[in-house]
Order: sequence, then structure tokens, then C-alpha cells
Amino acid sequence: MNSIFLRGPSLQIKLVFALAMSASLIVFDHVYDGFATTRVYLNSVVSPIQYLANLPSEMLNASASRLVSHQQLVEENAELQHNAVVLNGKLQRYILLQEENDRLRRLLNTPVRGDIRKEVAELMAVDNNPYSHQIVIDRGAIQGVYEGQPVIDDKGIVGQIMQVGSTNSRVLLISDVTHAIPVRVARNNIRMIASGSGSLDDLIIQHVPHSADIQEGDLLLSSGLGNVFPEGYPVARITSIVRDEGRPFAQVNAAPVAQLDRLKYLLLLWPNNLVGPEQQNSGLEQ
Amino acid sequence: MKLRNNAIGLSIIVALVLQIMPMPSIVEQYRPDWVFLVLGYWALALPERVNVGVACFVGLILDILLGTSIGVHSFAMSLSVFVLAANYQRLRNYSVWQQAVVIGILCALYNLVVFWLIHLLTDIYFILTYMWPVVTSMVIWPWIFWLLRRVRRQLHLS
Repeated sequence: MNSIFLRGPSLQIKLVFALAMSASLIVFDHVYDGFATTRVYLNSVVSPIQYLANLPSEMLNASASRLVSHQQLVEENAELQHNAVVLNGKLQRYILLQEENDRLRRLLNTPVRGDIRKEVAELMAVDNNPYSHQIVIDRGAIQGVYEGQPVIDDKGIVGQIMQVGSTNSRVLLISDVTHAIPVRVARNNIRMIASGSGSLDDLIIQHVPHSADIQEGDLLLSSGLGNVFPEGYPVARITSIVRDEGRPFAQVNAAPVAQLDRLKYLLLLWPNNLVGPEQQNSGLEQ
Repeated sequence: MKLRNNAIGLSIIVALVLQIMPMPSIVEQYRPDWVFLVLGYWALALPERVNVGVACFVGLILDILLGTSIGVHSFAMSLSVFVLAANYQRLRNYSVWQQAVVIGILCALYNLVVFWLIHLLTDIYFILTYMWPVVTSMVIWPWIFWLLRRVRRQLHLS
């Protein structure tokens, strides 16, 4: 054992080398986006660690689902059946409305909206990186996931795909500071942009004139501008409006409708059923 | 024999798993920097085997796992592990609690460097809760130290 004198290149040289390499990698990755294609392979290489980290919670879930009592199952079954009846009732109405809408659109010579391809994905991991809000889901390039794809849950829009691996991919949440989503107020169609604030339950609506007709509790829907998110999905609900005339714009905050802190099952959308790289970014960086 | 050769690597993989394991969001912000603690121990105990090079490589893996720009964690990790590896002879003679304070300070450096680099790239704001890992890492260091020292002595690593 020789721990008094170190062999090999001295520590200082190693440090300078490591720092220079890291710095150039940061520049290469962030400024030139040089790892956009390699990230897929890199993510696949480290995915065993992700699966390993996910194992305890999965085992807990599995044992919890095994240890459910008969009574609970019966109750849950009854509740689900009740829900199915209610939803089916609504769906009948929806089909009728859709047909009517299609007919009217045909009368007006506007293109009929097609149905969107959807697929259920499951949450794999939540990043503990406090500086950015990202989650990992269990669908990847093999299932046709592409960068910039919208992701929703049963309540509203969650975010968009940021990096694709072969069997898993990374979702950037709408609450991330680098994310912004074009929205409109459901009540009167005023267009706005909702940016993430870095806090899971808060979005900042920027550049809203003092005179804009908005109220607390207004629902914000995705406006479909920017070609990332399809139109009409709920995004957030306005929580506070501060109209301070000393400032150029009103300060408006909103809370996401999707429960970003308790995601489990997510829905991937393929707007226009197109699977391709044509409709990317624009929403990703403001 | 095989375990002996791979013990360091295995401990680092366990640290990586602990670092990215999903946790309830209440506990999330108190998560210690497992990877830094494990690398820090090995840098003090076996500085000729684990030093800046390994730190840089593990930092890169951490970058891919956490989805940050590649290079951010490797930069911060090499810097903090360098301080440990450069002063290992002095730090070994400290008591465990004194070591914990030094580890806490370096952990703060690590977290701040990561914050500064990401702040340069995107416009995030500083929240004091980002610094919780410093406190928890400091508290957990004596136990990590004790555990890894047992591993090292048991396997006669040198």
C-alpha cells in the first residue's frame, strides 16, 4: 500500500483536464445541442440503474396490490362500474355532438378534425434534480414516441417529451422554468402564454395588459398555437391577479389543472396521428 | 475475490441508485448527496484509486440520469473531490465530526457549483431549500464513514 505518494499524473493536472472537459461538454451540449442524437443511446446505457432504482417502489406496489381485501375490491369494482356508466352516458352525448360538429364543418367547408392517436404510459421515475421538473415514463422510440410530443393526464396537460430513449423517455413538465405553453381563456378566448415558475403548483402568465378581461378561477385551455399541444385541453386555473398600475403588465398566476406532484398514469398524444420529427420545439424554449 | 475487485464500483452504483430513487416529495428535498458522500469516502481512504478521474466519470453518469446538461455534475463533482483528494492526509487525522463539517462545506460547494452552472444556462432562482442536502449529508457522513470503513477493512481493500 502506497498512500503517501500518489503515482500517475498529478492531481492538479487531472483536475484541470476534468474541468476543461466538463466545461467544453457543457458548451457542446447546451449551446450546440450536440448530444441530441447520442442522448438516446446514453439514456439506454444508464437505464438499468433507473430500473434498479424503481424496483423498491414497484415491489411495494405489487405487494400492496396483492394484499387488498375482498371488501375493498368489491367496493372499488362497484365504483368503477358506476364511473363507467356515467362516462358512457357522457360519451353518447359526445358522439352525437361530434357528428353534428363534423356535419357543420363540412357545411362550412372547413377541414374535419380527425381523432388523435393516444397511448397510456406509466410513470417510471421523478427526477430529484430540484432545478428542473422532469419525469421519466416507460415509453420510448420503439413505441413511436418523438421529441416535443404532448403528454396529458386525466385532468389536463402535463408537459412535453424532451428526450427519447429506446424504451423510456423524459417529459418536461409545464411547471419547469424553461417551459412555456400558449393558452386561451375558456370563457372569452383571450390568448396568453403560461410559463413555468419552477414550483409545481404555480404557472406565471406573462405580458397580460391591465385591461384584459380575466378573473380568478378562469380555466385556461391550450390554444393549439405553436403546433406542439393540440387545441382545447385544460392547462391551468387562474389563482391570483395583481393589477398594480405602476407595473407595465398585470401579475397573473395560475395553478396547473393536472396534478403534477402525484402523476401515475399518463396519456401520450399523437396530434394528427403523424409520427414524425416535423412538429417539434417552438414551445420548448420561449 | 471478485467482490474485492468490484467493491468500489458496486458502492458507487448503490449510491447512484439511492440518488435517483423516487421518493415522496416531502422527503425529496432532504435527500443527501449519496454519490458525493461515497466518492468522498473513497477519495479519503484510497486516493490513489478514486480521485478526480472517477469523480468526473461518475458525474457524467449523474448528468445523464438527472437529465441536466452533460458536464454540469462532472464539473462540480471533480472540483469537490479534488479538494478531498488533495488534502487526504490532513483530513484522515480529523475526528469523524470534524470530517463531517468539512464534508458539509464541500457538499455546499458542490451544490452551489451545480446551481451556478445551471443558473448560467437557464434562469433559475435560488431557493434556500436547495441547500437542505448539505445538512443531511453532514448528518449522515459518520454512518457512511463507519459502513464503508467496515467494507474496506473486511475486504482488505487498498
